[in-house]
Amino acid sequence: MTEIVEILLSASFWAAVLRIASPLIFATMGELICERAGVLNLGIEGIMVMGAFAGWMAVYAGLGLWPGVLFALLAGMAFGAVHAVLTVPFGLSQHVVGLGITLLATSSTYYAYRLSLPEVTSPPRIEPFQPLEWPLLERIPVVGEALAAQTALTWLAFAVVVVVALVLYRTPLGLALRAAGENPQAVESQGLSVTAIRMGAVIAGSGLMAVGGAFLTMSAFSSFFFEMVNGRGWICIALVVFGAWKPGKALLGALLFAGFDALQIRLQQTGLGQIVPYQVFLMIPYVLSILALVLMSRRAEVPAALMTPFNRGDR
Amino acid sequence: MRLEPIAAPTPARRLGLPALALAATVVLASGLSMLAGADPLATFGQILQGAAGSKFALLETLNRATPLIFTGLAVAVAFRAKLWNIGAEAQLYAGALVTVVIGTQTGLPGPLAIPAMALAAVVAGGLVLLGPVLLKVRLGVDEVVTTLLLNFIMALFISYLLEGPLKDPMGMGWPKSPALPRDARLPRIVEGLRLHWGFVLALICALGVWVMQTRTTLGYEIRATGLNPQAARFAGIPVGRVLVKTALISGGLAALAGFSEVAGLKGNLTADLSPGFGYTGIIVAMLALLHPLGVVVSALFVAGIFVGADSMSRAAEVPSYIADILLAAALLFMVLAILLTRVRVVRG
Repeated sequence: MTEIVEILLSASFWAAVLRIASPLIFATMGELICERAGVLNLGIEGIMVMGAFAGWMAVYAGLGLWPGVLFALLAGMAFGAVHAVLTVPFGLSQHVVGLGITLLATSSTYYAYRLSLPEVTSPPRIEPFQPLEWPLLERIPVVGEALAAQTALTWLAFAVVVVVALVLYRTPLGLALRAAGENPQAVESQGLSVTAIRMGAVIAGSGLMAVGGAFLTMSAFSSFFFEMVNGRGWICIALVVFGAWKPGKALLGALLFAGFDALQIRLQQTGLGQIVPYQVFLMIPYVLSILALVLMSRRAEVPAALMTPFNRGDR
Repeated sequence: MRLEPIAAPTPARRLGLPALALAATVVLASGLSMLAGADPLATFGQILQGAAGSKFALLETLNRATPLIFTGLAVAVAFRAKLWNIGAEAQLYAGALVTVVIGTQTGLPGPLAIPAMALAAVVAGGLVLLGPVLLKVRLGVDEVVTTLLLNFIMALFISYLLEGPLKDPMGMGWPKSPALPRDARLPRIVEGLRLHWGFVLALICALGVWVMQTRTTLGYEIRATGLNPQAARFAGIPVGRVLVKTALISGGLAALAGFSEVAGLKGNLTADLSPGFGYTGIIVAMLALLHPLGVVVSALFVAGIFVGADSMSRAAEVPSYIADILLAAALLFMVLAILLTRVRVVRG
């Protein structure tokens, strides 16, 4: 018990929570935008893989960090566009298309990796984002120290939540987007195009997912590994449900989740780690995600038209 | 734009569009091959040669197709009921696990051990899928995410067992299970040819699923549930119970892939027993339009692409991941083509 208290009081723990949460926040916001507009995007896992590679490769090729983020964003948007065309105007099964996009994005990434680095045994490292310099911030114990350890991308993740929340709830665009996911007929009767809104949401959301992936290579690990996304995309889908499709609650979910993840890594180093096999600790994120889904299942706040294709003229 | 149903599609449309999808896949693959600096025709030739160019290649393709028939059937059965089982990978490992446990721990003689392993695998795979399905039926929890997450949990569980209780003491420290005794392995169909009875079992299962879907009440109920659960419920079909039965069949079929790989091919359990057979099963099932006999054909096709690409990449500069891209693209092109055989795009 004292070990847990010690962990919870350490600045390095809270720094890790924010770091682990960042990619989840980007991707969860991306998925949330898609789903609020009525489209389930199962391409998330593959798009994150693609984003992780695209950002890293751009930096390795000498493009610089921020252009790398932009490159990842564009790569994600490109795959999002394919998803959007197939699921929105053509109304194909969002399950099948989403899984297809995940397979396509993942395999294209691995193919591109092998083509661009045919001879390497271990992937080259890049100079990743560094923690921002703050005057005085790191002098505040725990909270300040944890915040001072973060890179610009983590701050960007939090900014994205604010922007998504403002756009969704304070702008006509956000109202139209939410309506497209609740009652598409009403949107059409206002003279707006459900197709355009949904496609825009899927493309923008997919861009955010890719930036979430890019965080892994450009801020957290500085190198690209196969299977480094490791189910994070699927966890983000669970986080959207856990957050009841609301940006603020989804952010809390991501932080809570990251907290458990950071805790399990540290518990492995304690006496508990001597008794319990490490695989049990590694299972915790996945088990928690399932638990989150079960806990939230009774609350029916699902966008009413989620997974329902809209074809103008149908009744 | 909007979509308008076509009352009577012409044969040209029904055959031409899927052919066009295939052609688009070939064009994409040619581009990828040229990107790698290889001549596309040579690449295709090497893939074909590697998949079916010799007796050895052909047997390798049949061996690779065997688990894909099982997982493809598992997905086809489930998707028919709109039960999104993305967890065939976990069910496969559950089947492989109980196969190894029964084969190495009970000391049953071969003629008893083999059916016991197969039956236990079916039960284990069904149970793994039962959890997510009960959560779906009782609490409305989406099964896509739960079945996906179970794949990761199962992989860690297998990793724990292979480093702990199930570790082969003679394994030189490698995380692998002890091997099944000789008489608990599936015999080869023809002595001297590297193809085991798991392949025949897969064909029997495909036939069985086809009979179940077309000739039994359950098959009808599964179809009705998939087409429209509300209407099915209104018609007096116990939708929840149908989904549970579907789950037991689907999970059981996926687990047979694990049983067949362990008892027929590998002889023991390792963490890399399946290179994603569960996920590839989704492509197999979709390319077969969820038809159980079509699954056999598409599993052979998909296995051929994989085996051929492996062999091609050993000779040429083209990475073998070209196979995965090809299949994912074929899946997306094909679902679009099939849709366009039924609807036309009109403006306005």
